[in-house]
Amino acid sequence: MLSTKFSPMSKEEVDRKWWEIGDFFRRNSLWMLMYCTGCCAIELPPAMTSAYDMERLGMGPMATPRQADVLLVTGYLSLKTLRRLIYTYEQMSEPKYIVGFGSCTINGGIYHDSHAVINQLNKYVPVDVFVAGCMPNTEAVMNGFVDLMDLIKNKKANGWKDYHERYDWYLANQKAALGEVRVHDEFHE
Amino acid sequence: MIDILLMILTGIGVAFFGFVLQTSIAGVNRKVVARVQKRYGPKWYQEFLDIFKLLSKRSVTHGWIFDFGVIMALGVIIGTAMFMPLTSSFMAFDGYDNFFIFVYLIAVGMLGMAMSASGSGNPLASIGVMRALTTMLAYEVPFMIVVLTIIKLTGTSSLSEIGLFQQVAGNSWFLIALPIGGIVAVMALMGMLGKKPFETYIAPAEIASGPMVEYGGKQLGMLFIMHEITVFIEVSLFVHLFLGGAENIVLFIVKYFVVYTILNIISSVYGRFKIDQVVLFFYKWPLIMAITQAFIAIYLGWVI
Repeated sequence: MLSTKFSPMSKEEVDRKWWEIGDFFRRNSLWMLMYCTGCCAIELPPAMTSAYDMERLGMGPMATPRQADVLLVTGYLSLKTLRRLIYTYEQMSEPKYIVGFGSCTINGGIYHDSHAVINQLNKYVPVDVFVAGCMPNTEAVMNGFVDLMDLIKNKKANGWKDYHERYDWYLANQKAALGEVRVHDEFHE
Repeated sequence: MIDILLMILTGIGVAFFGFVLQTSIAGVNRKVVARVQKRYGPKWYQEFLDIFKLLSKRSVTHGWIFDFGVIMALGVIIGTAMFMPLTSSFMAFDGYDNFFIFVYLIAVGMLGMAMSASGSGNPLASIGVMRALTTMLAYEVPFMIVVLTIIKLTGTSSLSEIGLFQQVAGNSWFLIALPIGGIVAVMALMGMLGKKPFETYIAPAEIASGPMVEYGGKQLGMLFIMHEITVFIEVSLFVHLFLGGAENIVLFIVKYFVVYTILNIISSVYGRFKIDQVVLFFYKWPLIMAITQAFIAIYLGWVI
């Protein structure tokens, strides 16, 4: 028999409840920023248009990093684009998630022995969901998005927290690959 | 004293009603546009989810002008919506539903947004603001000529009395009585709402959504709420001026829904003008049509 007596919740419990409510809104309205560097980007048009209709999941493309929730990294990243990717990721407002497309973001794929690309994306930025395949099917892409929603629901999409906690490790990896990571703020310098 | 408090509460209620109405109808319209494009479309309450998600996110600031401008824009727009008559007899502030109140107060809201966007320091935001103000300059001239014609014909500039005038005249809506002016008003309304051929100041693929380029999280959420209430004000203006107002609230919602849906369907099949094309377009055909309509209606007295 449940007691009907009012017992005040602790601050952690209240925060947790609010966070769960926020998670409901966040997973039903994922706005994407498409960082189309590789060939996997060609899988996005059928996912967005009438064939698979991503909008019924509440997803949609956004124009700038500030507005977006999900960063889609579609394919291989050369060292030059990695620098821009890190700037872009750090501009997004939290909570933020990354979806990596194709084998290239997992282990380098067919470019694994190139001097110009990085092999493992999650050494540099935290990736929440990988969609494997070279290239992944559009079904696999949609499945990856549904997986991301499930992860958010089960509170496992914690890449952005991990980026705060282990920032030294990520920064060391970024520096090892790029030499120097510095965001140029040309408006206020 | 208690009267004034009650009026203010009613006004806030009207603004909240407008927000809920427009957000729901915008969600339904996303489904309608999706059907035009052979898609299934999102849930009808998707716009609510988007707004609450934005409010639940953490956001960065670019200085106090950036934050203050957003609050000013939202506050002024809520203040504007408080004056809007819902039906021809129900309004929060009786006798203060003058057309010019809306014209001036909406401009203040836009200026708040312009100030905030410029405060972000992003060049794309400045371009977007400049384009928004240029578009405003373009559509307001023909629209004002048509509305001044209506004010001349009815002898009043109160929205509810213009609505009543049309109802008393046997539901001869000004959209039908002044057919050329009605077409001009529809085009000007599309410019006001930033619908597709005149979407130049948003242009996501060209200037990265213009004034909104640096907004994320809570500020963007507030701008979305502001946008929904602005759309409510502008479409309601059209309903009261050209579609004979509304005798009751159901009729108002039906007219509102029809106007907004038709605009969206027109918008979904068009591309985007460049900014000089927008200005040239509004200063060419709609202006000529508006002046012709004013001449016909006022000097020749040919009103159907």
